[in-house]
Amino acid sequence: MALSKLQDDYILEVQNVKKYFPIKKGIFSKQVGAVKAVDNVSFQLRRGETLGVVGESGCGKSTMARLIIQLLKATEGRIKLEGKDLTAISKEELRATRRDIQMVFQDPYASLNPRWTVEKTLLEPMKVYNIGTKSERKEKVADLLNKVGLDPSYAKRHPHEFSGGQRQRIGIARALVLNPKVIIADEPVSALDISVQAQVINLMQDLQEQYNLTYMFITHDLSVCEHISDRVAVMYLGKIVELASKDQLFSNPLHPYTLALISAAPEVNAGHKRERIILKGDVPSPANPPSGCAFHTRCPSCMEICKAETPALTEKEPGQFVACHLYQ
Amino acid sequence: MNSNILEVKNLKTTFSSRKASFNAVDGISFHVAKGETLGIVGESGCGKSVTSLSIMGLVKPPGKVSGDQIDFNGVNLLNLPKREMRNLRGNKISMIFQEPMTSLNPVYSVGEQIGETLKIHKKLKGEERKRKVVDLLKQVGIPRADEIYDNYPHQLSGGMRQRVMIAMAMACDPQLIIADEPTTALDVTIQAQILELMKDLQSKKGMSMILITHDLGVVSEVCDRLIVMYAGKIVETGPVKEVLNNPSHPYTKGLLASLPKKGHKEKRLHFIPGQVPAPANWGKGCRFSDRCPYTMSQCETSLPPLMKAGEAQESACWLIPDEEGSTHNGFIEATR
Repeated sequence: MALSKLQDDYILEVQNVKKYFPIKKGIFSKQVGAVKAVDNVSFQLRRGETLGVVGESGCGKSTMARLIIQLLKATEGRIKLEGKDLTAISKEELRATRRDIQMVFQDPYASLNPRWTVEKTLLEPMKVYNIGTKSERKEKVADLLNKVGLDPSYAKRHPHEFSGGQRQRIGIARALVLNPKVIIADEPVSALDISVQAQVINLMQDLQEQYNLTYMFITHDLSVCEHISDRVAVMYLGKIVELASKDQLFSNPLHPYTLALISAAPEVNAGHKRERIILKGDVPSPANPPSGCAFHTRCPSCMEICKAETPALTEKEPGQFVACHLYQ
Repeated sequence: MNSNILEVKNLKTTFSSRKASFNAVDGISFHVAKGETLGIVGESGCGKSVTSLSIMGLVKPPGKVSGDQIDFNGVNLLNLPKREMRNLRGNKISMIFQEPMTSLNPVYSVGEQIGETLKIHKKLKGEERKRKVVDLLKQVGIPRADEIYDNYPHQLSGGMRQRVMIAMAMACDPQLIIADEPTTALDVTIQAQILELMKDLQSKKGMSMILITHDLGVVSEVCDRLIVMYAGKIVETGPVKEVLNNPSHPYTKGLLASLPKKGHKEKRLHFIPGQVPAPANWGKGCRFSDRCPYTMSQCETSLPPLMKAGEAQESACWLIPDEEGSTHNGFIEATR
């Protein structure tokens, strides 16, 4: 991939974004604390790349996705699409810009309207944005269904008539209707069986090439992440702990959490037994995160400084960023 | 002396409605040896969960279990009276379910729930029961076991809840544990903890285990032997190492090839075209024939039985006898 050429062509910039959800108590709903779902996160998406985001449940990866498509308002920070700050523009402008970022959801059973035919689902965005004439729209629907590997005659069917893999294809077609530039995919293949998962991953890669799409691919499956991503961000308790190119991250992981995550993933490898790092304990609650480095309670190489100071995300190797006191 | 704790012969589980009936599990036979971990893998709808429910006697109407035998330690579970089955269940055979939140009762403390098993099967009372429960909680690695005893399921994290489920399954020192997707709902680092715990407890107590999963990675790390199911049938079985290193059924090969692999650079993933057929569309022939790259005319007309495909490996595929065939080997090369 000609990444070096695209090096600084950022399509999406996320700068110091925070999202705190207030915790309220009592009859006057007094705020007693906050869940720091996303806590000071910055990263960029380069045009045409796939950024994989991995992390465990509750680490803030889905909140991040919702912040980017403006389904949630960030508490602080900027989110810029091609230089335009989505957190500061007017409602009308946001409406016009929104079509450039689309989302593919995890559960294809829950994210399609069961009462709508596939055609209605795919026509709706074009109606909302007043695109084309009636016949042009119908043509586009047939064309899209073809592109995602479904027969155009399926247009009149309802979601319940399809299998999980086919529904996810419809979800992808819906995301493509408005010719977006960026697609945020939140666990798009987690609900699918292995053989179908491979079909959908291949489809997403083909479409990326065809339409020059930029992907943010959220997943908890490291092997899927390694397969599809150009760069990978690892999140833990609302923060990015490591951000690097796929090769750097998987061949030379720096952060102890990344190491543990990679070694914990079960692998089909009937040959030799691997040395495994098994983390103790659970992920702490984001409502009451540990002091200092949020990972210090489970970290095998925790030092005194880790309990007091939060490490900043710094560039350790060219292109490889890590937030850990071991490398500061 | 029989070294097998469980022997299943020609198990069929039928679900019928007024219009039609189909066998979710369609005549499968297998065994579990003492102290062994058997993995059952397959995609959704292949009948792996129904198999486990059939063994436990938990299939509800309109489902009906039939077949030749489910022999557990010399007792045929198929025609066991309900009362005796109830004595076995949770006592000699127990089960760990996928979703600990839905399989624990939200209105009883975890201590009470684990204790119930001991109350029914071991007739333990009061302090003695509590001591045993706290001991079990400690064994499954729960910190502050005395406090957790009085906690309710919603107060615990997913990993902790699954530990409680394991403690409950282990309470009466069963001879066989059936774990149905025990780690699917958990995060990777927690999954690693739970798998480690299950392996550890199993070797300490010498139990046998059936692990049902769709994750070939989990099977590779935990199991001794493996059964691959497809559309209600066993398509391949054998020692884990052999099946995963040298799969002989085209479906197993396809599954393994579909997994994204570490360090591989290919842009495209191998995939199995099409989808699992619905029971109504199971033809007379091999149920994988419409997705198989090697379908021959024979495959469409007759269902292949399990045939010897290696030292301890068996595979249900008409290609097996001519193992030396060029297409066959060519496929192995292509998917490696």
